[in-house]
Amino acid sequence: MVQYSQARFDTSFAALSDATRRGVLEQLGRADASITDLAEKFDMTLTGMKKHVGVLEQAGLVTTEKIGRVRTCKLGLRRLEEEAAWIERHRQLWDARFDALERVVDELKRKEKVDGRKKRK
Amino acid sequence: MKNRTTVERSSERELVVTRTFDAPARLVFEAWTQSALFKRWWVPKSMGMNLRSCEMDVRVGGRYRLVFGDEGSDSAEFFGRYVEVTPPSRIAWTNDEGGEGGPVTTVTFEEKDGKTLLVLHELYPSKEALDAAGTGAADAMGETFEQLDALLATLSSSVDG
Repeated sequence: MVQYSQARFDTSFAALSDATRRGVLEQLGRADASITDLAEKFDMTLTGMKKHVGVLEQAGLVTTEKIGRVRTCKLGLRRLEEEAAWIERHRQLWDARFDALERVVDELKRKEKVDGRKKRK
Repeated sequence: MKNRTTVERSSERELVVTRTFDAPARLVFEAWTQSALFKRWWVPKSMGMNLRSCEMDVRVGGRYRLVFGDEGSDSAEFFGRYVEVTPPSRIAWTNDEGGEGGPVTTVTFEEKDGKTLLVLHELYPSKEALDAAGTGAADAMGETFEQLDALLATLSSSVDG
């Protein structure tokens, strides 16, 4: 879980290190927008904006969906939080279960030692 | 130091859980395959659930059936069949309570220097199935807490009023 979050944080911070990309996130916080809209708003080429959106998408900060010929971008933060919560819920269950399994296994181990000593006598 | 449990979504359709135990593989395998022992850990106390019965016929093609809940109350059943049993290193079973096409769970026990690395894979038929996958009985507990929250909210609002 720690490693999983760490890698995610690194890509997120790298994505946020650029002023245009922070602007894009701010913009998407107000409303979803197509790549063409964003390129116009930030006075950039379509290719340049596609690259920025790609970096944000990699970091899980933005999601895009292509409908027809238009690619719409929206904030992906919520998805990221949900994913982390989903993993954590599963981790808690298995951790509690395996703590209990460990106790049972330790008991078997102790029992085996005692039985072994008895046999040698 | 406590051994760590890691959970990772290794692909769109697969969940992987790992944990190391300070014991030989045959003991971990035994605790997993004998119902009297399995019953003692599969539902930890923190889950607040009662495992009413647990039948396990651990051999290829053999069935298992777990029934949760208190006597006379609503119960939840989990069942399926074992598709692989290789003591003490590997066991796999189907999860059929949701109908056909449920996930397949595979557990491997890898022993090294007296310790056992346990790796559990849960392979779902689709990304959507894994997204929707709950934590079984633990989800039922979550619902209980939600009900309690709702009740407490009602109580506090009636005090305020």
